[in-house]
Amino acid sequence: MSTGIGARVKRKEDRRFITGKGKYTDDVRAENQAYAAFVRSPHAHALVKGIDKSEASGMPGIIAVLDGAELAGDGIGNLICGWAITSKDGSPMNMGAWSALATEKVRYVGDAVAVVIGESDEAVRTAAEAVAVDYEILPAVAATGSALNSAAPQIHENAPGNLIYDWEIGDQAATDAGISGADHVTSIELANNRLAPNPMEPRSAVATFDEAEDHYTLYTTSQNPHVARLVLSAFYQVAPEHKLRVIAPDVGGGFGSKIYIYPEEIVCLWASMKTNRSVKWTSTRTEAFMTDAHGRDHITTAQMGFDSDGRITGFKVDTIANFGAYMSLFSSAVPTYLYATLLSGQYDIANIHCNVRAVYTNTVPVDAYRGAGRPEACYLIERMIEKAAREMGMDPAELRRRNFIGEFPHQTPVIMAYDCGDFAGNMDKAQAAADVAGFAARKAEAAARGRLRGLGYSSYIEACGIAPSAAVGSLGAGVGLWESAEVRVNPVGTIEILTGSHSHGQGHETTFAQIVAERFSVPIESVSIVHGDTDKVQFGMGTYGSRSGAVGMSAIVKAMDKVEVKVRKIAAHKLDANEEELVFEDSQVKVPGTNKGMGWHEVGLAAYTAHDLPEGMEPGLKEGAFYDPVNFTFPAGTYIAEVEVDPETGAVELCRFVAADDFGTLINPMIVEGQVHGGVAQGVGQALMEQVVYDDDGQLLTASYMDYAMPRADDLVSYQIEHNVTACPNNPLGIKGCGEAGAIGSPPAIINAITDAIGTEDLEMPATPAAVWSAIQANSSAIAAE
Amino acid sequence: MTPIILKVNGKEVARDVPGETLLSDFLRETLRLTGTHIGCDTSQCGACVVHVDGKAVKACTMLAAEADGTEVTTIEGVSNSGLHPMQQAFNDNHGLQCGFCTPGMIMSGIDMVNRYRAAGEELTEAAIRNELEGNICRCTGYHNIVRSIQQAAGEM
Repeated sequence: MSTGIGARVKRKEDRRFITGKGKYTDDVRAENQAYAAFVRSPHAHALVKGIDKSEASGMPGIIAVLDGAELAGDGIGNLICGWAITSKDGSPMNMGAWSALATEKVRYVGDAVAVVIGESDEAVRTAAEAVAVDYEILPAVAATGSALNSAAPQIHENAPGNLIYDWEIGDQAATDAGISGADHVTSIELANNRLAPNPMEPRSAVATFDEAEDHYTLYTTSQNPHVARLVLSAFYQVAPEHKLRVIAPDVGGGFGSKIYIYPEEIVCLWASMKTNRSVKWTSTRTEAFMTDAHGRDHITTAQMGFDSDGRITGFKVDTIANFGAYMSLFSSAVPTYLYATLLSGQYDIANIHCNVRAVYTNTVPVDAYRGAGRPEACYLIERMIEKAAREMGMDPAELRRRNFIGEFPHQTPVIMAYDCGDFAGNMDKAQAAADVAGFAARKAEAAARGRLRGLGYSSYIEACGIAPSAAVGSLGAGVGLWESAEVRVNPVGTIEILTGSHSHGQGHETTFAQIVAERFSVPIESVSIVHGDTDKVQFGMGTYGSRSGAVGMSAIVKAMDKVEVKVRKIAAHKLDANEEELVFEDSQVKVPGTNKGMGWHEVGLAAYTAHDLPEGMEPGLKEGAFYDPVNFTFPAGTYIAEVEVDPETGAVELCRFVAADDFGTLINPMIVEGQVHGGVAQGVGQALMEQVVYDDDGQLLTASYMDYAMPRADDLVSYQIEHNVTACPNNPLGIKGCGEAGAIGSPPAIINAITDAIGTEDLEMPATPAAVWSAIQANSSAIAAE
Repeated sequence: MTPIILKVNGKEVARDVPGETLLSDFLRETLRLTGTHIGCDTSQCGACVVHVDGKAVKACTMLAAEADGTEVTTIEGVSNSGLHPMQQAFNDNHGLQCGFCTPGMIMSGIDMVNRYRAAGEELTEAAIRNELEGNICRCTGYHNIVRSIQQAAGEM
């Protein structure tokens, strides 16, 4: 059975997970381990007038109660946002200070003001309740649309009016002209609802300070342990990089929320030094809702103009993005370079202008969550085009087809240069799989049962493998976005791949091994993948933004190129053959047409014994590579959802869901389809049920699974997945990336299906039964009034 | 402290436990059976499902003291040799990604197959989805979890 590229290889990593032997951070128990509990603000906005630690300090089993003044006194730096955005007037973004433990002021419910360290989890939780913080409560603002009001309270002194930046992209005059000269203009106002990422494993940290070595070790739930070490070292001054080891062992999902370095990890490291104990903290689910970076939360108004043939003449967008109380690590890039640059969608649009204002509110910080900016762009474009089609009396699929980009490369007016794609082909596959031709009959059958059946499209495009480093640097990124890999061929011929990518569910231990098995014709069992430990892997940028295939695997290919050169030289020398003629077959390096060949174990042994190597060759067989992409990659596809609405209750039943994706080359279709399944489920969650809710005082009302609706198995259907492949021309394997597409493409398909069913566009996410019922009622009142 | 004697994965265990200790914490922290996971604070997520006297129980809803005299099976104990058909089915069908909810899914899956068999009822896709009400997965969209349980139902 093939284990190479394109094979549905069962996952190598599964065995430890299905037998309960996975090793997650909370499973780690350090020697001499103490526990941490955080004292968190119950107020959304308040001055901290004093912290009385005396009662808590004297409670049984308590080792220390530490606060922000002590943290600052030890030189621990503030948390920072790593992507600088410049406002359209040329001014830098207004970033307010964020201390890991708040000192003078708290700015959201959950903001930590102190930490209690003690001998047991129970002891520290009890003592944290006994820390008396004297708060002077201030007015708060939580709603995105209220942050810029003149009456809104000032959250950070250096962000007047709560405005972080006022940024634009595109040609405003040309866009205005394109719209004012249009035969038809469609307008829309919508919100992109605030979500909680909710990986099932809560965040956790186990920090150990070794006084004798002046060295720290941190086990943590991270998608990018090297970035964590870099930031902890360079910006938070916890310890220099060579004195800090970060290990991200098995990590139970991330979806973006485990990219960032949070106050808790910083404080555990520092507290370990202060107490000379290992310090462990594991988030409760309620703490996760209160502290893990949220996602989305935009409000947008937009207009799109069309000529008499239905061709788009201009697209104008105005967005306010809610960043919460502090600027999280990559927050600033999400509604700018990951959102506005995707506003051309799959369409040939000459003129686009987008203005984005980022604002502070008294809520949990907002950052990248699965898709990060691209779902917000896709939702806007795809609701807009569907609404426009209905207004103009056109078939929504036909309006899309009429505007699809058909020639590549294609330069959009908002930076992105699409390299390849087959948008009409994706649409063909989706329509065939969804049996669009049979929809009218299904709708009629549903109507006979008193149900409203609707069908909705979404043709998404996204950008993955954020790159190249020089380009993102010129746009304000504080880091490069390359990836590294090292290929080690051992003396016995087995192969270890060290990668800077990090798997937290993506199956790298299988897919990365597949590309090695394919390249060198070795058994997949003889290849192992090493990741997630800064002491083992030199450096890496981690896994997010669907980058592990397009960037991480490309780095492995580059390192394999170098290994292959040396293997050919060794084998040619030993076999008395030409390097060029050698082939890799059946775990051997062979001379074709002869019975001459040598196994990988013989090549490995020759390299490491070094008894008889080509003249001048260094011993050993190990090569490393850094791969910096030359462009983004552009996964794209068409999704079709079909729903039935009960007009009596507003309840929506998802009846079928078709995804036709073009991810470029597929290494393991089974794993790719799994990524689509999970992404679509999160998108369905956003469309139908998920919503982080704050009240007007900034109190978080959805802080448990009793209050925040997570999609369950019976909310979803079995998905139909189709693949269309146009290989990416800009990386060696032709990969585009598949991790986020499902979450990006699915919400507008679902909402477009519901609005098709109920006959009104006046519907926001999440389309709960109450929201859908209200939309139906409002629409029938409006019709009755006409 | 309450003295308890129970069987865990076939072996007798005798311990003194504080009255407030949850079964989930007892398994994880006292016995170091860390395959039983904790994903929420409100008994919603199902990552901690174990079998108590053969029935699926969320281990966070039960005190360790209540488990006195019972037989508890955790993910580490579902098979004496090789993989249980439910475990194998999750591997065969890519029924897991990050693996965190997986032990609870497998324990719930085994329980539902057993119950439907005992009742002589067919475990349809709709029934599986309904039965998974108490187990949350954020990675797989449930598609392949449903397939896994369907496969195992035919093999157990």
